[in-house]
Order: sequence, then structure tokens, then C-alpha cells
Amino acid sequence: MFAFVLRRLAVAIPTLLLLIVFSFTLMHLAPGGPFTGERALPPQVLANLEARYGLNDPLWLQIWNYLVGIVVHFDFGPSFVYPDRTVNQLIAAGFPVTLTYGALSFAAAVIFGVSLGVVAAIRHNSWTDYLAVGVSIGAQVLPNFVMAPLLVLVFTLWYGLLPGGGWSFNDPSFWIMPVIALATSYMASIARITRSSMLEVLGSNHIRTARAKGMPERRVILRHALKPAMLPVISYLGPVFVSMITGSVVIDIYFSTGGIGKAFVDSALNRDYAVMMGVTILVGALTILFNLLVDVLYAWIDPKIRY
Amino acid sequence: MIKLFASTALVALLAIPAHAVQPAEGETLADTQTYTYWLLDAIKSLDPAKNTDVEGSDALRQLFEGLMIEDAQGNMIPGMAESHDVSDDGLTYTFHLRDANWSNGRPVTAGDFVYAWQRVVTPETASEYAWYMELMNIQNASEIIAGELAPDQLGVRAVDDKTLEVKLTQATPYFLNTLSHTTAYPVPQAVVEEHGDGWVQPGNLVGNGAFTLASHNLGVDIVFEKNPEYWDADNVLMQTVRGVTVNDNNVALTRYQAGELDRVQIPAGQYPRLEEESPEEATSVPYGCSYAYVFNLSEKGPEVLKDQRVREAMALSLNRDVIVDQILQGGQEPAYTWVHWAINGFAAPEGNMGEMTAEERMSRAKELLAEAGYGPDNPVQLELQYNTDDSHRLLAIAAQQFWRPLGIEIELNNVEWKVHTDRMQNQDFEVARYAWCADYNEASTFLDWFRTDGYNSGKWSNEEYDRLLAEAATAEDTAPLYQQAEAILDEENPAVFVYHYAKVDMINTAIKGLPRENLLNTWYAKDLYRVAE
Repeated sequence: MFAFVLRRLAVAIPTLLLLIVFSFTLMHLAPGGPFTGERALPPQVLANLEARYGLNDPLWLQIWNYLVGIVVHFDFGPSFVYPDRTVNQLIAAGFPVTLTYGALSFAAAVIFGVSLGVVAAIRHNSWTDYLAVGVSIGAQVLPNFVMAPLLVLVFTLWYGLLPGGGWSFNDPSFWIMPVIALATSYMASIARITRSSMLEVLGSNHIRTARAKGMPERRVILRHALKPAMLPVISYLGPVFVSMITGSVVIDIYFSTGGIGKAFVDSALNRDYAVMMGVTILVGALTILFNLLVDVLYAWIDPKIRY
Repeated sequence: MIKLFASTALVALLAIPAHAVQPAEGETLADTQTYTYWLLDAIKSLDPAKNTDVEGSDALRQLFEGLMIEDAQGNMIPGMAESHDVSDDGLTYTFHLRDANWSNGRPVTAGDFVYAWQRVVTPETASEYAWYMELMNIQNASEIIAGELAPDQLGVRAVDDKTLEVKLTQATPYFLNTLSHTTAYPVPQAVVEEHGDGWVQPGNLVGNGAFTLASHNLGVDIVFEKNPEYWDADNVLMQTVRGVTVNDNNVALTRYQAGELDRVQIPAGQYPRLEEESPEEATSVPYGCSYAYVFNLSEKGPEVLKDQRVREAMALSLNRDVIVDQILQGGQEPAYTWVHWAINGFAAPEGNMGEMTAEERMSRAKELLAEAGYGPDNPVQLELQYNTDDSHRLLAIAAQQFWRPLGIEIELNNVEWKVHTDRMQNQDFEVARYAWCADYNEASTFLDWFRTDGYNSGKWSNEEYDRLLAEAATAEDTAPLYQQAEAILDEENPAVFVYHYAKVDMINTAIKGLPRENLLNTWYAKDLYRVAE
């Protein structure tokens, strides 16, 4: 197991490197640059800007300097569009926000999704099942860009209960709507995967054996059915967790949280190369890490899996 | 409260400054003097040398003050400069600074302006707005930006602590108008050098404006508090100003209605409804920007557009009334000139196509197209490029419908903003949507765009036009020259002018003092106050 983790981590480094080179090149291929705007800049002004940010160097040198900056100083460079700030500062300001609402949404989606799925599977073909399936389909088809403005309308304008947007780490009332809007459709997917996986497990031999032994139903479900039924759910949760904590552009836009989900999309549209690279690397590294974690969890849940 | 009112009134009476803020008769000040305004997006920079957008300018106007500021009508009034003299040739300006302090208590000196302006043109600063010093025609600005001269060669000099001398390369009628722009603000050298790029963070930032920076959460909110060191602080009623970012206009409107914001833009098409529901709050005033479809007349452009008759037919047959009355619905005006109709001292040339009736325009358009050899049987085929945005899309679809019956087939091409501007600047387009906003309230800010060496992405060029504008730069009476230049545009049609902007906002009736007659819509929180409801 230990060797497996080490091996995977060793592969992660070239993977990240490839990711960096690939995205760096793609980004520079896109038309326009960070300083293209409705006023074409005079050539000398543009030249000064490019010199300041090293954009007049050959591409390979730019990539090299960028990598050296990261490895030697852990410096992801300056933002071109937010000249008062570095990429490190931008990520340090935005990531804790998305991490907070993302992790809370994840917890909510898993708790409600798994419960809903399990209940539906146990009460298969009963009204409980239909209700659970109905709720999860409803939640799935209600996209967050519809839900977010609706939530603001109801909780802010009509009832005046919650602030309509913004962010504060000290005041959880700012977290509630982003969490509901982000968690809902993920909850629905988790519920559906859990339900079908649970149904499959409940029909398998070892459950029949457990029941035949006269084991209490509660114990059959919690001890023998839930664990194997979680395998497909967990493989779904790894990437979902990463995408939730690195933020959602829809949540960031509608609730103006200042999170990095919007910063990422903006950086691509603004050609803010350094910010885009910074967030890409963050998301890439987290994805690799959590995929590894999922694999380790697999082995823990299912003793048949060995690395 | 009455006490505050009384004391302010007293001070106002004693000092009698030209622009003292005071409540009108019958108004009672609210207990808390706060104003919360809407920001569509995060503020990109709070460094006067690096700011490039409206959000940043709105914030900087509270934190800093230039030589000149604007009154409620947008007229230039003394800011840091109490008075000024101009040499007879119009090339040398001498400004006499008032006694004023930075927010850290140090005096504002002429040297602070010299430092700030040199900093803008220094190549290492990499200021996107370095060209602004060229627009101001300050001596040696271009050479310094190009790295040919040292920054201390800039034509600006501190004669003594309170006297600033500026030398220009040519007489510039609009020079004083440029001084209220953020790029021309002073900055405190010691603070900039101590903190580097981080000097604009809360806690570090030192300004000379009516407010100080209390906090700034990027993309969330920014808070300003009244600056007790401000030279005219006694006349400032407002205590706290907050800018709140809401990235979606519709959500912003909901939050306005929930009382979280005092001012918000009205989303396209919703003005008539809101005006009926809350006529006191829904406002529409002229705003100095013009919208156009630019023709590519460069070598890379399509052959058919080189025929003036085709361009004129397209300009004639675009139904602007439908666009402003049915689509935009916010008090915008149909455009038949490039210069915004409300620009100071501007009059549209006589006999321009706006004076024809819709029927006359339509039949003339058909004639012209037929003369050029086109019609429904032999249609002109063109591509119209626009950047991603709902209202640009609606307008493009409308244009397509207006032109189709005449035999002009338009293919719509929607691209993202950076691709759009990049293609326009490289003449990789046929017809492209464009908008220009005034830098200052004078017609040349628009007309310069079509000069041969102007931004002019369609590469239209006309010697007479260039000559008129060159003459206007030093002329006493510019109005007839601008009118002639606009007449050339009306005749040559390098673009279809579509509409002149309006600023369409919901404004809380408790907020007083917002300028409603200033075409550039620049506002100073020091002029605002909140009344009790």
C-alpha cells in the first residue's frame, strides 16, 4: 500500500508538469492578450507592459521562468489584470471562501444524498421510494443558475432573512444560500447512484445469507450492505469534492462571494495568464490528490482490492 | 441631528465654498450618513497609475483628488489647485496648490504631482494608461514612454512646494478637462516606495481625497470612511460609503429592492416596468457613449463595403427607433452622429440623415443599393461580429431583420470579448459592433476616433476630416469645425451609428446630491448626503 502511494505520487509530478506546459501553450494560442481592450494600446505602452511581465520572451523561456518561480520561491507570478496583487494573494483570498462553502455543500450533499438513496432502496417501489426519486429528479433538473436568483428572491427580498450575497467568514448567514444552491444537484446525483448501487447489493448473495442467519435488518443494511454499496458513490465523490471546493462560477457570480470559481473563468476570458495557470495547477494538484485518496479508500472498504 | 445640520449650515455660511453640500429646505439628515453603491465587477486596481476601468475610477475619485474636480454638471472646478495661470501661447500652465494634507497628515506638495506623473510614463511602471499623458500633450511624455528620455525630463516641474508648472507640446483646448482623471492624481512617494505594489492595500493606502480606504475584499466589497484630514472635510456630510460587487445585474436589482443597495443599474428592457412601479426611483439620464457598427474599409475588408452607396444604404435602413423604443427601452436616443447628442456645445450637421423621415430613408436606401447593383435578387453578403452579450445579440438580430428585405444578407458571428477586440484591431472582420465612451465632455473625444491615426479599427481615412480636427485642436471656436467633421461622417458612412447611451438606474430617494446632469456620470461621495425618510 505504502509503495502504491509513493508510486502514484511520483507519477503526479510529471502529470502536473505536462498539465502546466499544455495549458500554458494553449492559453498563449488563444487570440488576444491580457492587454487587448477596446482601445488598442500604443505600441510603446504595450511593449513596456510586455517587458514588465516577461511576455516578450520566447514561450519556452516564459514556461521555464514560470516553473522556476514556482519550484524555487513558490511564486505563481503577478496578475496582469489585477496589477496590485500577485497570484498567490488572489488564491489566498479566494480559495478559503470556495473551500468553506464547497466543503459544507459537499457534506450536505453526501449526508442528504446517501440517506435519500438508502431509504429509497430499502423501501423499493413504495411511496417513499417514489418520493425520494421525485425529489432527486426535481433537484437535478433545477440548475443552480435558476435556483440562485430564486433563493435571493425568496430569502432576501420576500422574507428578508438572509443577505443577498457577499461573504463573511464570521457570519454563517452568508453561507446558507451558496451551500443550498451548490449542494442540491450533487445531492440528487449522489442519491440516485446510492439507490441503484444499494438495490444491486441488497439483491446479492451475502445479504441473503446474512438475512438467512436471522441477522437484524438494521445490522444487515448498515454493516453488510452500505459499505459495498458505497464503492461507486465514492469514485464519484473524489472529483466532485475537488470541483466543489474549487468553487463554482455560478455560485460566485450570483452570490458575489469573491471565490476562485469566478476568478478562474474570468482569468481565461481576460487572458490573465498567471492567474489561470495558478488555479489550473491548484485544481490539477487537488484532483490528483483526491483520486489517490479515493483509491486508498477503495482498498479500505473492499478487502478484495489490493494494490 | 439638528445640531449637525445647524453646525454644517453655519460652517457652510462662514466658508462659502463654491460647492458646499447642504440639505435643501425641508430635508432632515438621516442619523447614519451612509451610501451603498453597486459594482458589477471586482475593482482591478486602486493605483491611480494602473487603474483602467469605471469601477476603479469611481473608487479612486473618493480616495484621491486631482488638480481639478467636477461639479454636479461636470464643469471643472478647483480641486488641489486653488487657481492657475496659462501662458499666452497656451503651452505653459502654472497651478497654485491649496493647503491640503494627505490622510497621514503630511502636506500635499507640487512634488507629489511631479512624482505621480513621472511614475505614469516611466516604462518600468508599465501603466496601461501611460498614453493618457500623451493625450494631455505633456512635453516629452511620448519620448519617455518609448525609453528615449529619462522620466525626469517630463514637462512638469515643482517651482516650489505649492506651485506646479506644466509644459505642453501644443496648445490643448481640453487640457483642464483632463486633470480630474484618475491617471493625473498625485500619489505619496514615501508610501509607494515603502510598500511597493501593496501600497494600495487597506492600512497602507494614503490619499488626499475626501475618504480613506477602510477595507477592500476583492470581488465582495470596498468600504470608505470620511477622511478628517481632507481640506474641505467640514463640508462633507457623508460618513461611510460602501461599494458592493454583485456580478449579476438582475440579482443586484433584487438586492436593491431588498434595501441592500442605494443605487443599481436597471437591466436592459426593464425600465418601463420599473418606471411605472416606482417613478421616483427609476431614472434615465444621457450618458456619454455611442454605439455603432463599424465597417472594415482596410485592404483586408470586403470589396462591397468600399462602395460608399452600400454603406450609406445600410446606415439609412437601420431602424433606430425600433432599437431604442422596443429593445433597449431605457431612454436611449437614436444616433445619426458619432458624437453623443448631449456633448457640450455640439450641434449635429444640418441635413444629416436623422432629419429624413423613416420612409424617405428607406426608399433612398433602396435606390442607392440598386445603383450599386444590389437588391433582393443579388444580395450583399456580410458578416456582423459582436461580443458575447444579450443586448448586443438582440441588436444584431434586429439589424439582420432590417437589412434583409433590402437585399443585405447578414451572417451573425458571436465571439468572446478578447477575440472580438483582437480581430477588430487586426482588421479581421467585415462589420463589427463597437462603442466609445467620452474621456471628457468635448466632441473631439469622439471625433478623434475616426482620424487616420486614431483608434479607427475600420481604417477609414479622409484628409479633409483629419485637417478639420487638426485645426480644431488650436481653434478658438471649435463648434463649426466639429460640425463639418461630423458632416463628412454623415456623407462617407465609415460606420452605422446606432444609438446614444443613457444611464438607467434605480436610485434610493433618500440619497441626495448625485449628479444628474453630468454626461460622464462621474460622482464624488463628498457631495452626497442621506435624508431621513
